[in-house]
Amino acid sequence: MARKNAHPEVNRRKFLAGVAVAGAATTVTSPDVVNAATPPVAAAKIPSALRPTAQQIAVETEIPKDASPLGGRAGSDFMVDVIRSTGIEYVFANPASSFRGIHESLINYGGNTKPEFIECMHEESSIAMAHGYFKATGKLGAVLVHGTVGLMHGTMAVYNAWCDRAPVIVMGGNDLDASRRPPGVPTTHSAQDINAIVRDFTKWDDTPVSLQHFAQSFVRATKFAMTPPHEPVMLTLDAEVQESPIKEHERNTLYIPKYSPAAPPQAEVAALREAAKLLVNAQSPVIVVDRVARTPDGVKYLIELAELLQVPIMDMNGRMNFPNTHYLHQAGPQLISQADVIFGMEMTDFWNTVNGFVDNADNDGLGTQSSKIKPGTKLVTISSVELNEKSNYQDFQRFQAVDLAMVGDAEASLPSLIEAVKMAISNDKKAAYDKRGEGFRKAHAAAHERAMAAAAVAWDASPISTARLTAEIWGAVRDQDWSLVASTGNVSGWPSRLFKFDKHYQWLGSSGGSGLGYGAPASAGAAHGNKSLGRFSVSIQGDGDMMYAPGVLWTCAHHSIPLMYVMHNNRGYHQEVMHVQRMANRRNRVANNGKDFGPIGTKIQNPDIDFATLAKSMGVQGIGPINDPNELGPALKRAVQIVKAGEPVVVDSVTQPR
Amino acid sequence: MSMSGLRVTAGLAALAAGLVIGQSMAFAADAARGKILFTQKYGCYQCHGTEGQGSAITGPKLAPDPIPYEALSSFIRTSSRNMPPFREQILPNADLEDIYAYLKSIPPTKDWKTIPLLSND
Repeated sequence: MARKNAHPEVNRRKFLAGVAVAGAATTVTSPDVVNAATPPVAAAKIPSALRPTAQQIAVETEIPKDASPLGGRAGSDFMVDVIRSTGIEYVFANPASSFRGIHESLINYGGNTKPEFIECMHEESSIAMAHGYFKATGKLGAVLVHGTVGLMHGTMAVYNAWCDRAPVIVMGGNDLDASRRPPGVPTTHSAQDINAIVRDFTKWDDTPVSLQHFAQSFVRATKFAMTPPHEPVMLTLDAEVQESPIKEHERNTLYIPKYSPAAPPQAEVAALREAAKLLVNAQSPVIVVDRVARTPDGVKYLIELAELLQVPIMDMNGRMNFPNTHYLHQAGPQLISQADVIFGMEMTDFWNTVNGFVDNADNDGLGTQSSKIKPGTKLVTISSVELNEKSNYQDFQRFQAVDLAMVGDAEASLPSLIEAVKMAISNDKKAAYDKRGEGFRKAHAAAHERAMAAAAVAWDASPISTARLTAEIWGAVRDQDWSLVASTGNVSGWPSRLFKFDKHYQWLGSSGGSGLGYGAPASAGAAHGNKSLGRFSVSIQGDGDMMYAPGVLWTCAHHSIPLMYVMHNNRGYHQEVMHVQRMANRRNRVANNGKDFGPIGTKIQNPDIDFATLAKSMGVQGIGPINDPNELGPALKRAVQIVKAGEPVVVDSVTQPR
Repeated sequence: MSMSGLRVTAGLAALAAGLVIGQSMAFAADAARGKILFTQKYGCYQCHGTEGQGSAITGPKLAPDPIPYEALSSFIRTSSRNMPPFREQILPNADLEDIYAYLKSIPPTKDWKTIPLLSND
């Protein structure tokens, strides 16, 4: 949020009077005045109706000869050089006075290129855009926020990035010096330690007090953020450090440390060998993956590992880890219940993979919990997240005891694991592996048939079924180099059954923290990154998520971000419907729907939101609302052409709840 | 009696009641009213879809070809799964009969092989 009026009490007449006082003070300065405890402005009493002097008129009308009154290059110019040195291409931000120094340097000294200022309309959008941008490109995005209120707006997005293991470098403007900062709003917007707001869910933070300190901390923060586990980092940009010129003693000593990305941590080799032996000798192993593949190599290594062992891969879809077109892409509870070795890689919730939980009234309302695995099943994990846990927020989920735990980045560890498997496999295993693989080929084909049959149910329903919605989108984008940048609002997992995924960027995962308001801006950030890579970006966009900060549509239009938002407009917060229903039923009450089609407080009806008109109001082409499923395909064809022409579009499809 | 014993007893009672209802509902059930109840009053459609198509995430397919009324009724009255039980105080038998009539009225699904978007792989 911008500092709306930095000097709310100062009008032009008073401002001129102030200049006069300052001028007088400069002229008659004496040691006594300099050392006075009372500031000269407050002490002076001068009538406000004095005629301006020639000097005052010049101040108002002439172009200053020296833009920097104290002389020399602005400190924030050097900051731009530092940011540029790390290769950061974009700064996502909503403007704010507390970073006005670096803002001006970015657009004038830096020429608004590398990094370019991407104008956002909410700090949550700025951070989510950087989050999505990283997942599409593998590149770090920077964000500028107003230090207190702006960071508070952006906090949920930082938490999402934290939970989703996505790096973002957030810089918050702040005016630390209480003796010099302007009174009023600017002081309200300052804090001793703005980083404290997000410290529990950032990997590292700092408050540089000099330009050299900033240079070191920015490079350090970049390195930390970009080393697995990837996480957001936070830096405070003090107003004085930004706005003051480079000091005399700094002119010949300032330097920018070289940024060298750190190699990702690999699991310990002996442990990898032990894991390889367990996999090789298992009768019914299964590998469960969540956030493993972030590059083409991650997908390639997983395929190699799976084929070596003919082991099924269960993809939890934290990223696109393993092609769903591959016969070893498997799903179903029997994989877990029959397994003798379960290997979890970069899992968000391994407990919930090997245990069941039903949110019912049993056990005094605590629900039913039971193990899904058979006795003696060996559990193995590899994760980089354990290198950087914090205690307050509970995203680490329930504790699951395992037989072999490895700390390290899964993608980086896969080559060594594959080598260890190759060494451990004996020729007599091959026939059993081939037989196992043959069973999975049949199971994969059968699962495909079941999915298609299920998709056909309610094919012509209105509101449009989520299967029809997904199938129509697939039909529209399948010939493009497509990237499904987000899917919010829950379409019952249809993309993983109806789309054909085989590239890592075709599915970027979800928010991480399940905080609404991620989908629309993260999609925009990802699409902005995909633009230079020639990819076609499509987002299945929940209505509730869109309404958190729909101003991101304006950002898409302003920056010509080619992105096809297809609304999953189910007109409700359906995640919450069942919670209210569950409580009502336990208490033998019928949920009160009021005038809506769901419990009061869970529907987005009366009035219905017209998302096409919303889009048009911000310069984005809008199509819909579409209620007839037979009209969806032609609408999507039009939308594809708009995106291929380089522009965003919103297709408002009115859908079933799930 | 333990909680599980109670549940079994309740389930058998519901099943027995369902058999009686099943015999009479052919005369009384109103599919049109059932659709309104399904979609507007009891929120069934929130998890199962307006045509009972179901969701892999929130609830199984109910239609077309719903399971026998007795089995459906028994499950609804005694569910200990993610769907909470809808007891008779919440969902009277007459309303459940109409809902079932609506589910029975839903026409058969198209063969997916006749739908180009699903068959053109």
